[in-house]
Amino acid sequence: MTAPLLQVDDLHVRFPIAGGGLLGGRRTLYAVNGISFDLAKGECLSIVGESGCGKSTTALSILGLQEATEGSIRYRGQPFSGAGGPGRMQRARAVQMVFQDPYASLNPRQTVRTSLSAPLRLHGIKSASEISDRIEAMLADVGLTPEQADRYPHEFSGGQRQRIGIARALILEPEIVVLDEPVSALDVSIRAQIINLLLDLQEKRGLSYLMISHDLSVVEHMSDRVLVMFAGQVVEEGGWRQIFETPAHPYTRRLIAAIPDPDVALRRSERSERSADLPMLDGRAFVADGSVAPDVFVRPAPSELVEFAPGHKVRLAAAH
Amino acid sequence: MTAPLLDVRGLKVAARLGDRAHPILKEVSFQIMPGEAYGLVGESGSGKSVTSLAVMGLLKKPLRVAGGEILFKGQDLLQLSKREMRRLRGNRVAMIFQEPMTALNPLSTVGRQIAEMFVLHQGKGWDEAQRLAVDALASVRVPNPDRRARNFPHQMSGGLRQRVMIAMALACNPDLLIADEPTTALDVTVQAEVLRLIKELCAERGTAVLFISHDLGVIASTCQRVGVMYSGCLVEENETQALFGDPRHEYTRGLLGALPRLGSRSQHGRQRLVDIDSIISDRSKLTETRFIAPRAAEGGQP
Amino acid sequence: MRFGFNFMLGATLTALVILAGILAPWIAPFDPVLDADLMNSELPPDATFWFGTDGQGRDVYSRILYGAQISLTVGIVSQVINSIIGVTLGMTAGYWGGWWDDLVNGLTNVMLAIPSLIFALAVMAVLGPGLPSLLIALGLTNWSWTCRIARSSTLSLKSQGYVQAAQTLGYGDLRIMFTQILPNMMGPILVMATLGMGSAVLSEAALSFLGLGIQPPFPSWGSMLTDARQLIQMAPWVAVFPGLAIFLSVLGFNLLGDGLRDSLDPHMRTRNP
Repeated sequence: MTAPLLQVDDLHVRFPIAGGGLLGGRRTLYAVNGISFDLAKGECLSIVGESGCGKSTTALSILGLQEATEGSIRYRGQPFSGAGGPGRMQRARAVQMVFQDPYASLNPRQTVRTSLSAPLRLHGIKSASEISDRIEAMLADVGLTPEQADRYPHEFSGGQRQRIGIARALILEPEIVVLDEPVSALDVSIRAQIINLLLDLQEKRGLSYLMISHDLSVVEHMSDRVLVMFAGQVVEEGGWRQIFETPAHPYTRRLIAAIPDPDVALRRSERSERSADLPMLDGRAFVADGSVAPDVFVRPAPSELVEFAPGHKVRLAAAH
Repeated sequence: MTAPLLDVRGLKVAARLGDRAHPILKEVSFQIMPGEAYGLVGESGSGKSVTSLAVMGLLKKPLRVAGGEILFKGQDLLQLSKREMRRLRGNRVAMIFQEPMTALNPLSTVGRQIAEMFVLHQGKGWDEAQRLAVDALASVRVPNPDRRARNFPHQMSGGLRQRVMIAMALACNPDLLIADEPTTALDVTVQAEVLRLIKELCAERGTAVLFISHDLGVIASTCQRVGVMYSGCLVEENETQALFGDPRHEYTRGLLGALPRLGSRSQHGRQRLVDIDSIISDRSKLTETRFIAPRAAEGGQP
Repeated sequence: MRFGFNFMLGATLTALVILAGILAPWIAPFDPVLDADLMNSELPPDATFWFGTDGQGRDVYSRILYGAQISLTVGIVSQVINSIIGVTLGMTAGYWGGWWDDLVNGLTNVMLAIPSLIFALAVMAVLGPGLPSLLIALGLTNWSWTCRIARSSTLSLKSQGYVQAAQTLGYGDLRIMFTQILPNMMGPILVMATLGMGSAVLSEAALSFLGLGIQPPFPSWGSMLTDARQLIQMAPWVAVFPGLAIFLSVLGFNLLGDGLRDSLDPHMRTRNP
């Protein structure tokens, strides 16, 4: 096994929020409560969960757009966050992001060429011919033609814009790409094309993906490993087979059961009702089964992520 | 043999821009039987939402109906006056939208908004209407309906707001409910609950549903028959089981192949999804062929 | 982009003022200051003196043409100063937030609470009368609305994907503000500046009328009105024509601003098919 490219250890993010009322004090919003994971080279790790579970905040912390309250993020063994971390330029060459909304993610007043050449120039590539070569190669890689470089975003369809967004994320040749719901705003037929493109690029360039998604069919299709988040915590972690074939945590099972899937709806394929055997459960309760909405203003009760099969972990209430 | 509740015949809608009229719907025909759940599925721009707006009589400029008939219980909705149409909407035909926040009045409690339906369409007094509103909230399984009736829309979660919309839509026991992407903005677990609610309530009351969605899974899990729309045409229509099991039209086949399916990776390994453009030779010819399966029970013309 | 009738009218009026100002030295039949001739004073409009003459026998038409230079200078320079101050403060406040945002907000509220003419009067009182101090005074008074618009535009643009993308690409804050945010809010800022030009012309007229602006004998529309005060009974044309010039140019700027707002508003823009 290769050493992890990115190591996130006990990440916490809390936001102070002005309380209600005129004299209301400050309350604390517990967004992310102790997330730890490794991301290996060439791997696709997905974080799934519903809105407000902290998956986007986790991603923003890794990108350096959100300061972590506690915990550490290491890239190739070196600190990647906080005061000892790299500058924004070094970070930019390590981690990039593909955004959800292809309509808001491109500057309407910049041509594709400007959007792609400015980062190159910023990162010290001055030769006009090299810039132009790299842009053309990049556009070809995402399935666009060189002639399209001089057009403005509004001249492209949603799927093409997402291709431009991917090109911009890859132009600095980062090792890690954060995919924030990369296909959920797209039509079914376009979605398939973008998923295929992302998988092709990953193979070709050995990219590591950290995908944020609520769409479990896409997650199953693309991921190597999956983290299921609820209320700022990982409630289950495992390989894609473990999560989708033998889900252990009740919340994971609820999520999978909720996917509207034509095959399941028509009972043409029975969804696996099997769940993982948990020999060490010992009457300990699952934490946060998702049946009650979490109170984000309360520090979560102590609990631990227990590994019960190789690589397959589930969150249980703390042992007494 | 029962007559269809809604019989859309050769519906044409055009957008008038300047002197030219661009066709948006090209002779769309389908029928919905009383109590039946019928789904229209298609990608953005396929005309599925325009169809629902046309049925509701809510087309906005520059869109207008350019031909065809929309028969509701044998009566052509296109011939009705604005006033008759208004009386029909909310009473016999109701609609729920994608974003309940924009469809609810932010300045009025949800109880009052539901009660308004009873006052407006059934001539009830306010006191009785308020009581009926609480019952309506209870019927869509809102916990503590008494207390919730006094809430404003912004005090509720997206899922609860959509339940309120359903309560309002079903308040007057309409014959037809039009649901236009009702769960697209919701989280998956909430979506599953709302879909189940719509399905069960409509089955209980014998309300027919016209379900509009881009999500093949949502349509498959809620509807008995499905129409697939592409570029303003209904290209294929069949019983849900048959349509998903044996798609006939190349566009439907492309769509189903493009969908990542749960469980397919463990059976077949990680394959690339079907790129619809690689299996379809010419998109412009897609609407030339149509596969409209005859209704199994009725066997053809109603 | 399609322009309405109002926009075309506004553009025409504005173009007339600009042309009058630029071409004044060539098309004005008389010198606005030196060609004073008491023998010709208070003549009504005729073939030689199109708009009549004033109390000192100067040609009102020529003085109005030259006055356009003053009005335009005041309108443009003061709005450039206003926009620079407003955009700088508003954009940085919206982007950085925190104590800087609180400070800028407080300052903006204070500025909005002081009547702008009173503030300009105070500045003029310190700097003394004359064109440069007039420009400074008007440039310092009306930036608060621009600032507010810049701040709220920045707040909404900041959450757009392309601004976040620029952050992840390693852009610095200032580079993001100037390449990603500023170009996307130029529309409303331009509209504000155009509308502001109208009010700057009015303020110049008011300050000159009060004797604090352009000093006689140099022609400004405001100071011409001051001079016309005593003559309004005998020679109304001395007051009417500068008044009309102010009215039409302010109307022109405002219509132009409204038209710009409509044509730059994405909701009003027809989509390319």
